[in-house]
Amino acid sequence: MYPILSSKKLAPNIFEFVVKAPLVAKNAKAGQFVIVRTHEKGERIPLTIADFDPQKGTVTIVFQVVGKTTDELSTFKEGDSLRDFVGPLGTPSEIEFFGKVLVVGGGVGIAPIFPIAKALKEAGNEVIGIIGARSADLLFWEEKVKSVCDRLIICTDDGSKGLKGFVTQAMEEVFKENGDIKRCWAIGPLIMMKFATQVAKKYNIPIIVSLNPIMVDGTGMCGACRCTVGGKTVFACSHGPEFDGTLVDFDELIKRGERFKEEEKLAWERYKAMKEGKTNVQD
Amino acid sequence: MSKIRKTKVPMKEQPVEQRIKNFNEVPLGYTPEEAIEEAKRCLQCKDAPCIKGCPVEIKIPDFIREIREGNFKRAIEIIKQDNSLPAICGRVCPQEEQCEKECRLNKIGEPVAIGRLERFVADWEAEQGIEKPKIPSPKGIKVAVIGSGPAGLTAAGELAKMGYDVTIFEALHDTGGVLRYGIPEFRLPKRIIDREVEYIKMLGVKIELNAIVGKTITIQQLWDEGFQAMFIGTGAGLPKFMNIPGENLNGIYSANEFLTRVNLMKAYLFPEYDTPIKVGKRVAVIGGGNVAMDSVRTAKRLGAEQAMIIYRRTEKEMPARIEEIERAKEEGIIFHFLTNPIRYIGDERGNVVAMECIRMELGEPDESGRRKPQPIPGSEFTIEVDTVVVAIGTGPNPVLLQAFPELKLNKWGYIEADPETGATSVPGVYAGGDIVTGAATVISAMGAGKRAAKAIDEYLQKKIKRDAP
Ligand SMILES: Cc1cc2nc3c(=O)[nH]c(=O)nc-3n(C[C@H](O)[C@H](O)[C@H](O)COP(=O)(O)OP(=O)(O)OC[C@H]3O[C@@H](n4cnc5c(N)ncnc54)[C@H](O)[C@@H]3O)c2cc1C
Ligand SMILES: Cc1cc2nc3c(=O)[nH]c(=O)nc-3n(C[C@H](O)[C@H](O)[C@H](O)COP(=O)(O)OP(=O)(O)OC[C@H]3O[C@@H](n4cnc5c(N)ncnc54)[C@H](O)[C@@H]3O)c2cc1C
Ligand code: SF4
Ligand code: SF4
Ligand code: FES
Repeated sequence: MYPILSSKKLAPNIFEFVVKAPLVAKNAKAGQFVIVRTHEKGERIPLTIADFDPQKGTVTIVFQVVGKTTDELSTFKEGDSLRDFVGPLGTPSEIEFFGKVLVVGGGVGIAPIFPIAKALKEAGNEVIGIIGARSADLLFWEEKVKSVCDRLIICTDDGSKGLKGFVTQAMEEVFKENGDIKRCWAIGPLIMMKFATQVAKKYNIPIIVSLNPIMVDGTGMCGACRCTVGGKTVFACSHGPEFDGTLVDFDELIKRGERFKEEEKLAWERYKAMKEGKTNVQD
Repeated sequence: MSKIRKTKVPMKEQPVEQRIKNFNEVPLGYTPEEAIEEAKRCLQCKDAPCIKGCPVEIKIPDFIREIREGNFKRAIEIIKQDNSLPAICGRVCPQEEQCEKECRLNKIGEPVAIGRLERFVADWEAEQGIEKPKIPSPKGIKVAVIGSGPAGLTAAGELAKMGYDVTIFEALHDTGGVLRYGIPEFRLPKRIIDREVEYIKMLGVKIELNAIVGKTITIQQLWDEGFQAMFIGTGAGLPKFMNIPGENLNGIYSANEFLTRVNLMKAYLFPEYDTPIKVGKRVAVIGGGNVAMDSVRTAKRLGAEQAMIIYRRTEKEMPARIEEIERAKEEGIIFHFLTNPIRYIGDERGNVVAMECIRMELGEPDESGRRKPQPIPGSEFTIEVDTVVVAIGTGPNPVLLQAFPELKLNKWGYIEADPETGATSVPGVYAGGDIVTGAATVISAMGAGKRAAKAIDEYLQKKIKRDAP
């Protein structure tokens, strides 16, 4: 069992847990993820390692409620324990001294961009950050991300904070102003990563994205997470999750994300009904 | 001597109409009377050819004699001298190619049902409540076992019986390897794996779940923590695909994903369990081995109207166990032999709706001695499907190998290990099971685990003498 040492609501539907998992914390690197299971009957869901402290033996995860498991997870409080918490999974981000770099986090993708920015900064890079959300109340970790960036740009779709517009618009601005960006990272919803890739491509800047397909084991054993990258099938959990954005078949990924749409809907509705006490299906 | 019956005492089974609607075990086991009657068929051959057919050389006539006399306790003791997981082997060993193949009774009829008798006494013992084993005095020497499949469980059990302080590191959240995530409940109930794992724990073995060696804990960290030797039993769990167009369409699973969802995650009980599985009306399983047979019979139980096997050779070449092929036929599985998929066709939402296949013919025998299938030009045709399971084989589990570059691999990417001892290119590191041989059998993985345990003991004895001041 993996105890939750602190739990925080960061925004409506976005939560942060600090979890005690000494072995994971000891070996974690930026860009890696864990697989979490809430209870004996639960699903295995992947979540990015948003921060980690090898000394304290803790790992921070940030998740958005999008379905049954994340909804259930949001009911967990400080002192509760997670049934399973395995990692660090995936290949770490390629961190070295590049010079000037850009990191972009959209929505809940703000969290996974933090450890990457931090590692890039520690490697001596000049880090420009962009974080964006639909509106101001959905933004989080601004100070935290700022602390590892040389410059941070904030944007919201509705203009309620920072620049009005999508993160891709801010990316255009940054690329126009800075001709010397060596590499960029973009993490967020698939559709955002798809458009961010188009922008980077236009300015000829290498771009890394972090893919989030449906997974089961997370160790390369099942092939549920397969994606097409550069015309070849790869397993996001073991070969990735980070890939060269220009090679990723985003349209296939978006379709593959809907493999279990009806089942996911059914599970969530059933759970919500149970939560509201309408039925006691989970006897 | 009275005339012996030519055929095995039949074992009761769940009727077909009933079993295709549930995941309960199909064969129901012998009663004591039936077991004794079957045991009476054994000729008690002096040279016991059956023993040579068993990879762990169980003293077959001896344990069968005890059953005949009604001494079930003695019978199980004899089996356990050579096989620590009899309830599992009695169910899933390919007996027709091993012990029973060599049985003298084949000359006049069916062989003695050695597997069924083994299963019977193992289940009988479990009903009595397994006795706490005698635990030897601890040696205080730590050994790490990586992977909790049959190879790892056996190695751990044997080492614990010698007094070593054994810890198993398992990547998944539960034990058993393929026994749990691959082989379905209707062939090997999970409670039997639980029982065997419980026994291994009673021997003092510690089990760390969610511990991926090479990720959660590195090889160096294991040495640093004072482990003096290691056994690697990480299996051949990397799924292969055919790399044909459309293979990433929705509705196409690897057998590993399909079976893991159903078995490990219990998706057949969705939504009571959270992990979903989607099985349509027309399911095609590609392949002809045990894995394909397990997948197709699982699909049937999940409600497929047409559950099909697509196999590129003929029935004769199918590597699956004959018994399982027979059961699949009884359950209404459709077989398309000499057929191979060449591409999948999807709808606008990315769901598979059909597969294009080509007819095959058998040519000259290849290196493996099997006749090589070749496509017949111009014979393409389409089959409508909404679910496909690709069960064409697996490769070595990569995680540990990547994290352990010092380990020498063979040309197929499996660990190079001495077949007698399991010794690898790294001193103190032993390996066995599917990660050495490629996908094989439960009993061969166990045999390797057992031989490696012996070799590890010898290695450590020597090391202690050498290191002693
Ligand atoms: C490497 C990786 C890192 C991720 N990191 C984060 C993170 O830091 N924060 C965060 O909020 N989310 C993250 N996700 C996504 C997160 O795993 C899903 O939101 C979660 O599984 C949804 O589960 P659910 O039961 O609540 O929703 P469901 O109703 O089951 O599904 C809702 C959506 O989640 C996707 N999904 C469902 N099951 C899985 C699964 N087993 N694996 C992956 N996706 C699934 C579906 O495609 C669907 O779009 C990550 C995914 C991956 C692969
Ligand atoms: C569907 C199916 C049906 C089968 N039917 C039969 C049958 O009827 N009869 C028969 O004899 N054989 C059968 N087999 C084959 C048999 O199951 C295997 O040969 C046997 O399980 C191999 O045992 P193993 O211990 O080598 O590996 P596995 O059983 O594969 O176990 C390996 C374990 O190691 C773990 N692991 C991997 N990497 C790491 C790591 N880095 N750190 C920690 N743990 C790790 C895995 O999670 C797994 O639990 C079948 C196989 C399948 C897939
Ligand atoms: S372990 Fe397998 S091969 Fe050996 S006697 Fe038992 S069933 Fe036969
Ligand atoms: S070969 Fe057959 S008949 Fe002879 S001892 Fe073995 S099981 Fe009995
Ligand atoms: S999640 Fe199973 S192979 Fe990637």
